[in-house]
Amino acid sequence: MDFDFPNPVKIVQRTARDFARQVVAPLVPAMEETGKFPKPLIKQMAEVGLLGLVTPRKYGGSELGYLARTVAIEELSKVSAAAGIALQVHHMQAAAILDWGSKAQKEKHLPRLCRGEYLGTCAITEPTGGSDLLGMASTAKPDRGGYVLNGSKCYITNAHLCSSPLVVAKTGDGSRGLSAFIIDKGAPGFSLGREEHKLGLRGANTGEFFFKNCRLRQESLVGDEGEGMKVALKTIGEVGRPGMAAIALGILDASYDEAVKFAKGRTLYNKPISNLQAIQWGVADILTDLETAKLLCYRASWLKDQGRDCATQMTMAKLYATEAGLRASRKALEIHGGCGAMMDYPVQRLFRDAMVCVSAGGTTEVAKIVISRAALA
Amino acid sequence: MRIIVCVKPVPDPSRFDKLRLDPETLLLRRDEVPPVINPLDRNALEAAFELKARFKGAVTALTMAAPNAEEQLREALALGCDRACLLTDPAFAGADTLATARCLRAAMRKLGAFDLVLCGGHSADGSTGQVGPQLAELLGIPDITHVLRVSVSGRRLRAHCRLEGGQAVCETTLPALITLDHEANAPGLTPMTGLRGALKKKIACWSAKDLGLDAKTVGLAGSPTRMLNIFTPPSRRKGEILQGSASEVASDLIGRLRRDALIDGGAR
Repeated sequence: MDFDFPNPVKIVQRTARDFARQVVAPLVPAMEETGKFPKPLIKQMAEVGLLGLVTPRKYGGSELGYLARTVAIEELSKVSAAAGIALQVHHMQAAAILDWGSKAQKEKHLPRLCRGEYLGTCAITEPTGGSDLLGMASTAKPDRGGYVLNGSKCYITNAHLCSSPLVVAKTGDGSRGLSAFIIDKGAPGFSLGREEHKLGLRGANTGEFFFKNCRLRQESLVGDEGEGMKVALKTIGEVGRPGMAAIALGILDASYDEAVKFAKGRTLYNKPISNLQAIQWGVADILTDLETAKLLCYRASWLKDQGRDCATQMTMAKLYATEAGLRASRKALEIHGGCGAMMDYPVQRLFRDAMVCVSAGGTTEVAKIVISRAALA
Repeated sequence: MRIIVCVKPVPDPSRFDKLRLDPETLLLRRDEVPPVINPLDRNALEAAFELKARFKGAVTALTMAAPNAEEQLREALALGCDRACLLTDPAFAGADTLATARCLRAAMRKLGAFDLVLCGGHSADGSTGQVGPQLAELLGIPDITHVLRVSVSGRRLRAHCRLEGGQAVCETTLPALITLDHEANAPGLTPMTGLRGALKKKIACWSAKDLGLDAKTVGLAGSPTRMLNIFTPPSRRKGEILQGSASEVASDLIGRLRRDALIDGGAR
């Protein structure tokens, strides 16, 4: 077995690391303070090639695959998990269009997404919940050769930064009763709601969509009518969850670095606290969680690049990495003692970000349902 | 303009804290720290791309290194090089700066005519800064080091060079070799969009035999430099904690700094 990354992935890793340090890190304090995503960052991510990582070159992407995407999001999230989620959700819309979109939709939207004219997003979650797809209330009723959309979406990442989001709504009953659409923001009847104030991932934009008699043309449909469930499940399962797992990897990396730095630098009883066994055990737990999560995430991403079934592995990677991210950031916080409660230390941000990652893309409990279904099938 | 840029894979300087010396072989243990393009070589590449944008032509990246240096050459291609050439042979191992320069000269002769050779001012690991000037000497062309700015008009090259406490403006004729200072430009990040294309390009891979070099003139055998020992010097720094009130500690500290002539008002 070769556990070494292929050359392009190593280069992507280094470039993403340099980009995170040079471009993203200076933006983090303002993102934390205001909760706003810095819009110039969209073009900067496009210029270095981050926005088109999984998009074919013929549409302006770099076509480097999902392992490269995972390490890029990980490196970005080491510095800013908020920037990580903006990128990962952007990739979700690109992947959905690539997998299900018409030739015209691909040619229209993919180059614009790669160029960073705006960020992408997938709007599925509603006030009734995110994982209960059949419980969604938004409807798209056939009308005069198109559809009329009514309803709302909430907790949508990049809501105020996108231009033509992918939206899933009911066109009928049952699992064949959902359909996906690409909707232009300027469409009459489509309005934006508030920007959410979050505990963590501050600086990532999260918002609401409202649709009131919003008229859609037939060409807005992504895939066939009734395929919305497939579009949503594949996109969440194979792109969204590994994206959240990669963000959690970044949080794990940063938690490890912060814990080690503090443990070596903080003196107690005239010695660094790294000499204390209680601290050593904490650092050992963080490192073991980090390495385990990496193996799960990288292998799941590799499976996707090989074109093999990966949804269950992606879900396991998401479940383990986000829970491990929470454990590790909490342990790192505890190693900081009283300093961990101070906003001057980045470890508090890691803990808050890790809290949000556990529920984003499906809660731990939903992940266990998905995994157990595969195990017991 | 036909430009050759010498690039060297070095351990990532941002992770130098992880570098260890092998006590047996006295060599760096590089497995903990992945290689990157030597940072000053990125300045050289950037300067090459700026010249190419103005004068057209082609940029070739050249390195003498282990086979896994293909990664750095792929990156150089993704950055904008037109072709890349890897000189690799077990016989090249242990080369000092002169033996390295001999290999590079042989490769340049094989590559054909060129107008300009660009090198980083020095490598982040060895830091000798000798390969560039030695290579120029072997090629029989002029060289200008520590270059901050370069311009070309016809066959004349003008360069602003860093000196201690100032700058010099030098002029020479092409072909020439220059070594770049870190303030020469601001190298960009490797664009991921160029990577797929870079993977498709063929990298020329040449051994000592391909270059027509006698094994006695390359690698350790061809190196007049002998490494006798390498060690980490013992730290002479000694921490001392001053005791007393804030004003007592402050005046004690100022007294000590003056005594050691570290601030004005002390012994000269």
